[in-house]
Amino acid sequence: MSKTTDVREAVMVGRRSDGSLVRRPLSPHLQAYDMLQMTSALSITHRITGVVWSIGMVFLVWWLASAASGEASFGGAQWFFGSLFGILGLMALTAAAWYHTLAGLRHLYWDSGRGFDLPTTYATGRMVLMGTAGLTVLTWLILFVTWI
Amino acid sequence: MATFTLPKNSTVGEGRTYPAPAGAKNVRSFRIYRWDPDGGANPRTDTYEIDLDQCGPMVLDALIKIKNEVDSTLTFRRSCREGICGSCSMNIDGLNTLACLKPIEEVKGDVRISPLPHMPVVKDLVPDLSQIYAQLRSVEPWLKADTPPPPDGERLQSKEERAKLDGLWECILCFCCSTACPSYWWNGDRYLGPAVLLQAYRWIADSRDEATGERLDALEDPFKLYRCHTIMNCTRTCPKGLNPAQAIGEIKKLMVERQG
Repeated sequence: MSKTTDVREAVMVGRRSDGSLVRRPLSPHLQAYDMLQMTSALSITHRITGVVWSIGMVFLVWWLASAASGEASFGGAQWFFGSLFGILGLMALTAAAWYHTLAGLRHLYWDSGRGFDLPTTYATGRMVLMGTAGLTVLTWLILFVTWI
Repeated sequence: MATFTLPKNSTVGEGRTYPAPAGAKNVRSFRIYRWDPDGGANPRTDTYEIDLDQCGPMVLDALIKIKNEVDSTLTFRRSCREGICGSCSMNIDGLNTLACLKPIEEVKGDVRISPLPHMPVVKDLVPDLSQIYAQLRSVEPWLKADTPPPPDGERLQSKEERAKLDGLWECILCFCCSTACPSYWWNGDRYLGPAVLLQAYRWIADSRDEATGERLDALEDPFKLYRCHTIMNCTRTCPKGLNPAQAIGEIKKLMVERQG
């Protein structure tokens, strides 16, 4: 049985008053911490949107592959993306992609050694949120206008 | 490995309620994490109703009042009561801070108090900090120089060189930041965490220190340094208003710059 041991295991063992060993509890983390504060909330959203975008790429591959393998299969893919579920999915994917792109730019800005103070962090965070909303709406307005 | 739930022996149950004295008008409930190694039971949340008209303004005042007047078994660390010793760091109302610097007035509703997050609990609000102290020691937080100091005095710095240490030397090692960092929660066995990395940068940034290269070599590691994902919870929570995230950002920048 191979199991990597966390070195922190060593401090999980304490002693009772009589000297016997006792397993210490781990203090509450996600259960106690305010995870809705902007700092960690935007961070985990960055990761989630990255995962969503990656999954979305699988659908892009399916769309391209179906286009390459003939009219019938392409018709099926087109029907899926044109359905209400497909459209809503694509909209969510667009929002995820915009968020991940803008938050990525925010990370690049940090990597240049700037924007670490809290007021700037909050300001860039709000810019990412508003930018995501604005660019997602704009993307779909352009799509609808060019379709119709 | 990230485990989002608490182990079975760590889930928190409901404990006792200590009602406010009769006639108290300005009552506030303090919901405090309790765990006694001698009891053999899981942690619990005890509720203490405190008359704020008979209590000092800070959360630490309430804790001391509870220990003195209501329940002497309540265990917590405290010393200076003015934000310079770093002993009374704990999670209050969802954020890590020093109990002595946190006005009760700033908390809306019940005052929820638990130990620094994702740490082994010694008793009640006292976490075991030996792992984080070992990590601090690993960055060798002291001046290292081969050049001997001038025989007639100390090593001198220009005002500009000294100014680079501002925002670093003020750290009191309360570890509010490290225990606010989800990355430190999941990878604290190998990731050094914001407090220790800020200390590392404090010596990297010191003009008198001559071990910058070795210090950077020691930090060039996917876990020790690069588990920082700029979540910024550290800077958000620091009770001294310091910026550990920026210190880590500076280290990352130096890593890139020395690649040439």
